[in-house]
Amino acid sequence: MSVEATAHGAVHGEQAKYEDREFGFWVYLMTDSLIFALAFATYVVMIQNYSDGPTQKDLFSLGHTAGETFLLLTSTLTFGFASLAMRAGQASRVMLWLAVTMILGVGFVGMELAEFSGMIAAGAGPDRSGMLTAFFTLVGTHGVHVTLGSLGIFVMICQVAVKGLTRPVRSRLTRLAMFWHFLDIVWIGIFSVVYLPGIL
Amino acid sequence: MSNSNAGTHTLSSYLTGYVIALVLTAIPFAFAWAGWFSVRTTLLVVALTAIVQVVVHLVYFLHINYRTTAKENLLALAFAGVLIFLMIGGTLWIMFDLHYQMM
Repeated sequence: MSVEATAHGAVHGEQAKYEDREFGFWVYLMTDSLIFALAFATYVVMIQNYSDGPTQKDLFSLGHTAGETFLLLTSTLTFGFASLAMRAGQASRVMLWLAVTMILGVGFVGMELAEFSGMIAAGAGPDRSGMLTAFFTLVGTHGVHVTLGSLGIFVMICQVAVKGLTRPVRSRLTRLAMFWHFLDIVWIGIFSVVYLPGIL
Repeated sequence: MSNSNAGTHTLSSYLTGYVIALVLTAIPFAFAWAGWFSVRTTLLVVALTAIVQVVVHLVYFLHINYRTTAKENLLALAFAGVLIFLMIGGTLWIMFDLHYQMM
C-alpha cells in the first residue's frame, strides 16, 4: 500500500510539475504581449512621421495582407488538429498536422519577407522614416516569433518521431500550441492597427 | 491550462472558432476594401471585430474560460490586460497631447 501511495504521490508530483511549466509559459506569453503592446504604441505614435517618404497607402496591399492572415489563421486551426490528435494519442497524425502547420507558418514568413524586401528595394526600408522604423520593428518582431515557432514545430516533429508522445513531449507540444495561438492573436492586432487603417 | 475534461478541446469547437474567426476577419477586410462608409465608421468596425476576434481566439484556441482555467492564469491575463491598457493608453495620451501642445 505504501508503494502504491508513493507511486500515486509521484504521479501527482509529475502532474504538478507540468502544470507549473504551463503556467510559467503562460506568464511568459503575457510578458511577451507587453513587448508587442509597446511596439503597437510606438507605431501609432509614429503613424504620420513619413519624413517625406512613402505613406502606408503607397506601401500596403490589402490582398497580400489577406493572404498572410489566411495562412496564419488556418495554421492555428491545423495546430488545433495536432493538439486533438495528441490528446487521442495518435502520433502519426500529430506529425502530419504539425507538418501542415509548419508549411503554413513558413509560407507566412515567406510572404512577409517578400513584402519587406520589396519595400526595402523600393527605398522604403526601416531607415527611411520614423513610421517605417516602427513598422519594421512591430511586424518584424512578430515575424521573428513565427520563424522561431516554425523552428519549434520542426523540433517537435522530430521529438514525436524519436520519443513518441511521452509526457514531457506532450507538455512541450501544449506549450508550443499556446505560443502559436498567441501569435495569431498578435496578428489580429497587426492587421487591425497597421494594415487596414493604413490603406484607408 | 491542463484541464482534463474535453471543454473546447473538440473538433467541432476548433472548427467553430475557425469559422467565426474567418467571418470576423472577412468583415473588416471587406469594409476597408469597399469603402462603403466613412473612414471613422470603418475604423470603428475594424476595432470592434478585432476585439471580438481576440476573445474568440482566447476561448476556442487557448481554451480560456471561467470554469476550468486555473485562477492564476486568469489573473495573469487580467493583469497583462491592465498593463497593456495603461501602457498603450498612457503612451497615446501623453504623445498626442504633446503633438497638440507643440502645434
